[in-house]
Amino acid sequence: MKRMFGFRRMVFWTTLVWTIGMVITIPAPAQAMHIAEGILPVPWAGFWFLIAIPFVAIGMRELRNRAENTPEIKPLVGLVGAAVFVISCMPIPVPIAGTCSHPCGTGLAAIIIGPWLTVVISSIALLLQALFLAHGGLTTLGANIASMGIAGAFVGYGVFHGLRRVGVSWLVAAFLAGVLSDWATYSVTSFELASALHGSGSMEIMFKAILLAFVPTQAPLGILEGFLTMGAYRFISMRRPDLLRRLAEKVTS
Amino acid sequence: MRKNLIPILVIILVACMLTVLTRVKASNTSTRWSGVDETVVEKFAAQAGHPARKPYINTDHGDMLLFVFLTGGMVGGFIGGYCFRELFPPSTKAKE
Repeated sequence: MKRMFGFRRMVFWTTLVWTIGMVITIPAPAQAMHIAEGILPVPWAGFWFLIAIPFVAIGMRELRNRAENTPEIKPLVGLVGAAVFVISCMPIPVPIAGTCSHPCGTGLAAIIIGPWLTVVISSIALLLQALFLAHGGLTTLGANIASMGIAGAFVGYGVFHGLRRVGVSWLVAAFLAGVLSDWATYSVTSFELASALHGSGSMEIMFKAILLAFVPTQAPLGILEGFLTMGAYRFISMRRPDLLRRLAEKVTS
Repeated sequence: MRKNLIPILVIILVACMLTVLTRVKASNTSTRWSGVDETVVEKFAAQAGHPARKPYINTDHGDMLLFVFLTGGMVGGFIGGYCFRELFPPSTKAKE
């Protein structure tokens, strides 16, 4: 137990010093997958809103239903929501690329609270970031929800449960869910940009060019997100295995 | 004694990492440690004739953005910590 407290203290100090260090050394907050205001033409911005709205509506309904049946869901959604908000606006420097980017946290959120609730918390996080942090945009909110909230959540959830079903250990499944949900987010962002901005050129070529440009930063960050997902899932499964079991039953039912 | 050494070692380790990171040469010094939104998303958007425009609520003035980022992080941290304590109560301390 003493070792655990020592480890916790080490994690606390590392996080604190790292955060302070990053704030001091990075002159301007950097953003990543968020598509900024004005980048998407109005019809495309509207199209992505049309895609996102049904997912958010179903997620809201599920949140209401599950809040009535599972008392722990409220603090869990609060915890996961706060984590997604902080993780998705925290720039992490990637030395091999010389740029910064952020993990999304939606893969982790999806395997804990399910993909529909993850869409809801991602939407709230993205809205707050667009309103107050100059991070993303209000007109591009639908596109950002589609890439981070929908693609990230459903890919993470699908990978985790798909791999568990074929007998892969939860450690590997959680790691791959984190990695692939991150990469899926950036792939969908590339698709959103290419489909809206290719003009008279080839959409496929533009899609590949954007995706390749993301690779040096996002490949290592995706792996980092995999470890983050694996570590967080391991922590919950050790401290509250009952909670994970109950949540899995509710999601699948 | 060993417990007190851990935070000091962590601080030294992180300071070393930051020293290295802040001296890494990016291919273009003007984009050094920029977010990929700037180096990828906005670059491709500008090439396609759809550059990003200023946010409707533009907090990117001086230290204002730093303030809102830290406030956001602090509020998120408090909410997360509050919910965490509710889900994972410190049972070991209570037993002692």
